[in-house]
Amino acid sequence: MTTAIDIRSVVKTFGEFTALHGVSLDIADNAFFTLLGPSGCGKTTLLRLIAGFEAVTAGEIRLFGEDIARLEPNRRPVNTVFQHYALFPHMSVIDNVAFGLKMQGLDLSGRRARAGKMLEMVHLSAFADRLPSQLSGGQQQRVALARALAPAPKVLLLDEPLSALDLKLRQAMRVELKQLQEDTGITFIFVTHDQEEALTMSDRIAVMSAGQVQQIGTAQEIYEAPSNRFVADFIGETNLLEVDVHQVHEGRATLTLPGGHRLSCPSALVAPGRHSLSIRPERVTISDSAELSAADLSATVERVVYLGSDLQVLTRLADDTAFTIRLQNAARTEVPSPGAQIGLHLEEGAARLLAD
Amino acid sequence: MKGVRHYPGFLGLTILCLVILYAPLIVVMAYSFNGSTSITQWGGFSMRWYVDVFTGPDAKRFGQAAWNSITIALMAATAATIIATAAALAMVKGGRFRGRGASFALINLPLMVPEIVTAVASLIFFTAIGLTTGYGTILVAHMAFCIPFAFLPIAARLEGIEASYEQAARDLYATRAQAFRLILLPLLAPGLASGWLLAFIISLDDFIITNFVKGAGMETLPTAIFGSVKQGIKPNIMAISTLMLAVSVLFVTAAYLINRKGRQTP
Ligand SMILES: Nc1ncnc2c1ncn2[C@@H]1O[C@H](COP(=O)(O)OP(=O)(O)OP(=O)(O)O)[C@@H](O)[C@H]1O
Ligand SMILES: [Mg+2]
Repeated sequence: MTTAIDIRSVVKTFGEFTALHGVSLDIADNAFFTLLGPSGCGKTTLLRLIAGFEAVTAGEIRLFGEDIARLEPNRRPVNTVFQHYALFPHMSVIDNVAFGLKMQGLDLSGRRARAGKMLEMVHLSAFADRLPSQLSGGQQQRVALARALAPAPKVLLLDEPLSALDLKLRQAMRVELKQLQEDTGITFIFVTHDQEEALTMSDRIAVMSAGQVQQIGTAQEIYEAPSNRFVADFIGETNLLEVDVHQVHEGRATLTLPGGHRLSCPSALVAPGRHSLSIRPERVTISDSAELSAADLSATVERVVYLGSDLQVLTRLADDTAFTIRLQNAARTEVPSPGAQIGLHLEEGAARLLAD
Repeated sequence: MKGVRHYPGFLGLTILCLVILYAPLIVVMAYSFNGSTSITQWGGFSMRWYVDVFTGPDAKRFGQAAWNSITIALMAATAATIIATAAALAMVKGGRFRGRGASFALINLPLMVPEIVTAVASLIFFTAIGLTTGYGTILVAHMAFCIPFAFLPIAARLEGIEASYEQAARDLYATRAQAFRLILLPLLAPGLASGWLLAFIISLDDFIITNFVKGAGMETLPTAIFGSVKQGIKPNIMAISTLMLAVSVLFVTAAYLINRKGRQTP
């Protein structure tokens, strides 16, 4: 597979402050790639370096093999969808969409045709002559998309483009964005701090924290096999237990759970010793009280939280650590009552040993 | 909670202020339509003093003064707007640089210097460098003191324009110059217009500085009016004053409207 963007050991400092500590990423052509991380971790900074609005302090950014890190933004075949869209307020929708084409030197009829086609693609043909201020937020967002896609960039950069929309529209736009990426075949680099957004749309995700990439992988990989504590905690819900690891052999570890039960589970790394074990709440089942002695863990129910499609059961283990379980709210689900003593059974693959 | 409007005496004070502010203006406007030659006795409605302004014995003198005033104001406002725009761009969009705060203060300081001081200083300066006072020195002085007035609305407008518009233009293959011309300049236009209008009005009705640097025989409208008032107030002065007032109100209103319209579409 061809590499669209190859980021090599990029460092970015603002005065004394280092926003990116040597980030390296390899983004395949025709991919929906997501940068995911908490606020302030450097996602926008990385995007701005690719677009050319900031200069790298050190490192290389290669676009299909060519180092673009020191080019002016208008010389990079990369377009951006801004968080607040930045539509030109004094230009009509069609002129906004045609702006990049005009700068590229396309003639008037060519511009009109191409911009018209882009508006059709985002279902806004009827709004061509309006001003941006006469559109709803969702419509402005589509215009921003059409404007950035019109010059057929090699890579499209999107900085939290959905964050200003309401929930329903956001969910609809996720599907639409993904569809648009597949239809155009352009590489999308999408920035978000919303993990659900990242998991549902991306081919690959880079999880970032404090100016560093923590893990790169498919949605499934980073959810099922988080490589460290930060990723396990940030992506989805998880229970983190401190456990004693006795032995690691061929990617599997043998360890003792709190309460004394022995467990064998897949392991990323590590030397025997004390480590964190991540257990996903939905991979735990509650066993009958009759089988309490055979259970992996025993716990006391504290509270049951109703979440609609799911139920969240908050419990405490024997050693007083909090432990959360998620049950589907199905007709046959038996809901434990607060105070009840229950046994927890870990499904195959529910637990994963982490590096720190 | 009670608003300030409910303090005792508020209404009375407001009316008093309004009367002191506007009564003289209203008297001047009313008497400019006076049919008699007296400036205190009403002799019926007439346009004779307006006719007198354009055709009477003083018409040539006032005509020349008005021409000087208007051409100076046009040039001074234009030059001040260009200089103020360059300064505002450097200060608002130029990022942080050493002495940015001091530069802001330096540009706006003339607004606080007593005008008589500026006037004396300008005269001394022109004399010291050997310029003959006249049309040219008035023009130079007006350009200079109009800059802060043009600067304020332009800088305020510029601060309201987010950096992302220019970045979006650059991202869409515009060169620096194209991004400035096609995006920043149109967005800045309301600020430019109100800055220019303000500078124009300030130049048009300046008296003190002009009076110091004008030299002998050179008159602008305000100095010409002052000159004839010294020989006694004739009703045609009221007509001229009313005309100037009308022009001022027109320009200030235009500046206000342009600014307000601009604010609706950032
Ligand atoms: N121009 C700048 N000058 C100084 N510090 C900056 C600048 N731009 C960003 N930073 C700092 O760099 C860090 C990363 O910022 P960045 O905007 O990339 O975060 P982010 O991951 O996009 O966060 P968010 O999700 O809140 O948008 C932050 O700590 C921020 O304060
Ligand atoms: Mg950001």
